[in-house]
This record gives sequence, structure tokens and C-alpha cells, in this order.
Amino acid sequence: MAWTRKFLRINLTTGTIKVEDLNMQWAQDYLGQRGLATKYFVEEVDPKIDPLSPDNKMIFTTGPLTGTMASTGGRYSVVTKGPLTGAIACSNSGGYFGAELKFAGWDMMIVEGKSPKPVYLSIEDDRVEIKDAAHLWGKTVWQTEETIKKLHQDPLIRVSSIGRAGENGVLYACIVNDLHRAAGRSGVGTVMGSKNLKAIAVRGTKGVGNIRDPKEFMKVTFEKKKVLADNAVTGQGLPTYGTQVLMNVINEIGALPTRNHRDVQFESASKISAEAMHEKRPDGKSHLVTNQACFGCTIACGRISKLDEKHFTVKNSPQYWGASGGLEYEAAWALGAANGVGDLEALQYVNMLCNEDGFDPISFGATVGAAMELYELGLLKKEEVGMDAPFGSTEALVKMGEMTARGEGFGKLLGLGSKRLCEKYGRPDLSMSVKGQEFPAYDSRGIQGMGLAYATSNRGACHLRGYTVASEVLGIPVKTDPLTTDGKPELVKAFQDATSVFDSSGVCVFTTFAWTLADLQPQLAAALEGDWSMDKLNLVGERIWNMERQFNNAAGFTAKDDNLPPRLTTEPAKTGPAKGLVNGLGKMLPEYYRVRGWDTEGRPTAETTQRLGL
Amino acid sequence: MNVTLKLYATLSDYLPVEARRTNQLPMQVGDGTTVMDVISPLQMPAKLVHLVLINGHFVPPAARATRALAEGDVLAIWPPIAGG
Repeated sequence: MAWTRKFLRINLTTGTIKVEDLNMQWAQDYLGQRGLATKYFVEEVDPKIDPLSPDNKMIFTTGPLTGTMASTGGRYSVVTKGPLTGAIACSNSGGYFGAELKFAGWDMMIVEGKSPKPVYLSIEDDRVEIKDAAHLWGKTVWQTEETIKKLHQDPLIRVSSIGRAGENGVLYACIVNDLHRAAGRSGVGTVMGSKNLKAIAVRGTKGVGNIRDPKEFMKVTFEKKKVLADNAVTGQGLPTYGTQVLMNVINEIGALPTRNHRDVQFESASKISAEAMHEKRPDGKSHLVTNQACFGCTIACGRISKLDEKHFTVKNSPQYWGASGGLEYEAAWALGAANGVGDLEALQYVNMLCNEDGFDPISFGATVGAAMELYELGLLKKEEVGMDAPFGSTEALVKMGEMTARGEGFGKLLGLGSKRLCEKYGRPDLSMSVKGQEFPAYDSRGIQGMGLAYATSNRGACHLRGYTVASEVLGIPVKTDPLTTDGKPELVKAFQDATSVFDSSGVCVFTTFAWTLADLQPQLAAALEGDWSMDKLNLVGERIWNMERQFNNAAGFTAKDDNLPPRLTTEPAKTGPAKGLVNGLGKMLPEYYRVRGWDTEGRPTAETTQRLGL
Repeated sequence: MNVTLKLYATLSDYLPVEARRTNQLPMQVGDGTTVMDVISPLQMPAKLVHLVLINGHFVPPAARATRALAEGDVLAIWPPIAGG
């Protein structure tokens, strides 16, 4: 077994810390990380609670392969009820924090209640303390991490923290670890801020020595690393160009949402692409400095960049001149194409603000896009925004980023997300979101399956719950036609269920560009006690998906929330291969419910829940 | 007839130096020129010619030897890549 079989329960209201045994039957049924933590969450939390009340809980959780020799085995997740959506939230992060938590001897950590004053958690193996964080409150993520490391006189401490966005109630605040890796979506950082919990600092020295069959595990993880290395995507494409290589691809196929989804192709896409990051700037340097890997990762897709010191955003701010994380594709799209800005340096600057103060660049960028459309329609006035804010304004994007990071002026409204912003100005239809969470970087008129994946994602619009782009665009594992709805209900379900397993194991979902469940299965089987056959994994994935769905249904979500903004179902794409097409959600959704074993209202039938053991 | 060839990511090395910054090369080709007719002279490793699009539409490997280009077509090619 690679579970430590122990977890921490920390009540911030009472200041108590307890050690509990992991429910090993649940571990057999839900694996770990996303699945197992969600099981604890749904058993302990009333789905109707206010996400920002002390009744909400947060579970920081590792997978059984976190901290092991399995490639990319450094992941952790944060499970809670999300304030942006009111739905289950589960945000996954890489870096080194997750492995460190496991090295300290803990599978997970349940945080309850609300501290009466700002605190941070210090975990050094078995020594766990709630410490005063008055001196950290008001500091950025970067300042917090540096301060804690100095305070503990240990540069190897791993820190997960919130910045000012999480303190100020930005509803899409992140939890950031290792400076620029984040549990990024759905506002998990907002929940942390509501609990007056500034940071978690972890130092673990125990390692992970509890593998069921170490010899077999070493053999099989070596073989599977070779699969990643030999695969052209994970062995060459991702390390060389990172996720940003998609910018030109998605633009070419006419599925790059542009100017709040008014258009599906961005005339400046090439200026903000991976290829542009490699080009020499006027200062003679490339934007991209190097790639970077998270703990145990043999792919190393991460981007590390340096800004042009003469760019207007940073010429008087040397603190931004160093190498830093980004740009990744989703952030480059949201900050760029979504609002029509084609200034690569400005996008990276605002991306740094997102990392520095902990807010999701996808939701933020998409909210800026909505604000710019409201501005162009005359519904949002210059006096309210504090500046001219038409589509394409780099200056407006930058100022909005700074205002949101600091909780100033119009930034307070931007921090509530596009749904609340557009409702305030009488045009809820202009929020490009599902269940209140903004779309990522794929227009579902040009990639039909993604419309269904967005509409049914359990945490609101998300590409990481069922990434059918892999099949519809990239041909992984097989090429399907992005312009048809045929076969997409089955495809979406297959991606959603398989992703649930990967997200529960401790490895990165990016391995799925080379691995299938059949590659993960022998690694789990070698590491863990019990039955970890393919049949079992398929069942576990489907069980996790349905468990999350049941929580959302109990929270008040219904079939009408499995929807897309009318723009995507009534306004045809204007250019590109999808010209003339809208998303065919109405065709796909009933079939999806049938394939899932749900009734016409989107509820798992009694037969389905019985089959899945729910 | 006039067509445009776009090569991205590592394939941009197979473009003339002056075309690499934009990743695209305007070309004049004869009637009936197929996708493979354009690709073959570049001597790109076959395994790197992965995602082949004409005007954004995917051209399967089996069709590349017979699919003829038309005036104004944009032929765009990527090696195996992914993101998200």
C-alpha cells in the first residue's frame, strides 16, 4: 500500500488537531486524492451550506502514487464546495507540495471551521501546529512563501498559500504552491481565505516506503516512463513547446474563443503562441527561458519566462524582471484572445500577477472579456471602470489585473466573476460560463464534444474534466471529427471517467497523452493492496463521477444547469471550419444521460447507484 | 495556383530561414498538386508529419497522397503535440 493510512483533521474554530486512521474500505472504493477526498467530503458536509461559511470544509489530499517513483507522481488536490459555482470543487496542482505532504506521513488533511484570526499551518512530519499569521496577512503568495522559509530557516519547506485575492474574496482565488503552481479553479483559495487560513507549510522527511511490491513497482514504473519518453507528444512536443503550442492549432481549426466568444479565430494568435515565446525580441532575448518539471515528472511541460525589462508593464518594477512561471496555453488564451489583446509581454505580466496574488487567470481573463463586451455595448461606463476598456486594450487588461490583485475599484467587481458581473448589468447571457465558472480555451462550436464536456462538468466549465480535444483535434487516442456530435456522448463519458481515476491516483493527467488506464493500472496494482484490475478502475472512475453529480444535485443543481450560454447554441461561428455551426448540445445531452444511466432530469437512476455502490 | 504552407513547432526548421518567423510560406504549385507532393520534397521525418490540416480541416494519412490542393488553400502541419 502506498497510502500512509493516516490523515490530519484540523479544526480552525477550536484550534484542535487530530490524527485519524484512513478509512481503508473507502480507499479501496475511491482510490485516493479526488475520489477518496470527495467521499469524505460528501459524507461530512451538507450540500446546501454556504461555501464561505465555517460549515464548509477543505480537504488537501494526495493520491497513493504521490511521492512515489511513478512519473509525475507529485500531484495533490483541494476538495471543497466552490464559491464561484456552489458546486463541488476539486482543484489539482503539481509542484512539490503534494509529495512533501506525503513525505510528512499524511495522505490528506481535512480543514474545518474558521479561525478567529489569521493563521498558518506548520507541518514538520508528526509535529503539526497552528501558528499566528498576522504578519503574513496582506502579503502576496511570493512574499508569504519567502517569509515562511526564512522564519523556519528551511529553504526546503514547501508552502501552499493564498495571496491578497483569496483574502479579498475574489471568487476565483487560487491556492498557489512553489511560487507558480496552483490549485487554480473554482475558488478554492477563496474558501481558504474565508477560514483565515493564509498558508500551509510542510516539511516531510519520511519518504514513501510502503509500496506493496517494490521490485515490481520499480520495474513497471521504469517501463511506463519509457512509454512517456518514447512518445512524440510527452517525450518531445510538451517539453519543447509546452501547452502553448496549441494556440496556433486551435486558431487554425476555428475554435479559439475570441473577444468573449464573439469570434472563433484571433488575428494575433501567432503573436502570443509557443512559437512566439521562442522568437528573439528586440532586446535580443527570447521570452522563454527554459522548461520545468514538477516533482517526479519526466515530461517537464512547464514554461519559465522572463519579461522584457523595457516593457511598459514592468520598466519601473524590477521585482518582475526575474524568471517566472508561464505562459501556459489556457492563461495565454484567457488573458489574450478572450479579450483581443495580442501583447505577449503584457499577458505574461498579468499572468505573474495571477501567480503573485493567487487568482485564476482563466476566470479572470474571461471576466475581462465580458467586461469589455459590456463596455462596447455601452452598458458599462468609463466612470465605473475607471478607464477606457474596449476589446484589444492592453492597458485596460493590465490595470484590471492590478486592480483585481489588490482588491481596488472595479477590480472588486471583476473578482466576482463574469456571471455576477453580467447579471449586474442585465446581460447574464454574456457570461461565457457554465454553472458560474468561465470557459477555458476551446470554442465548442468548433469542437462539439467540448460543449457537452463543459455543460456536464461537475465543477462548472472546465477542460480538465473530460478533454475530448485530445481526440477531436489531436488524434489521441484516436481521431474523431470535431464538427459532428455523433459519438460524443460516449466519448465525453469515457474521458470523464478515465480522468477521474488519473486525478485520484497522484499522477498528472498529462500522462494521458501517452498512457491509457492500461498503463496506469499495473503501477497501481504493484503499489496497492487489493483488486486494481481494469474492470475495477473503470468502475471507480464512473463511481467518482456519479458521486460528484449526486452532491451537485443535492446542492440544488438540475438538468437545466447542464447548459451553455445562448451565444454558443444560437450564434453560428463566423469563420473557419465551423463557420455556420452552433454547438449541438441539445442533440448530445439526452443521449449522454442515457449512456450515463441517468433519468431525463440528469439524476443517476436507482439501478445506476446500485451498480456503482453509491 | 497560389497556396500557403504553414509549418509549426519543430517543423518550422524545414521552412526557409526568412519564413520561420511567421511559420508560413506562400507557394505556387501546379494544378493537381497533392498534399504529399508538397510535403515530400521537404524531407520531414514521416513520424513528425502528424496533424495535417487544409483550411483547418484534418486530412487523414491515407488521403494525403491523393488529396489535391485548390487555389488559396492553406496547408498547415504540426508534429505530435498536445496541451491543455
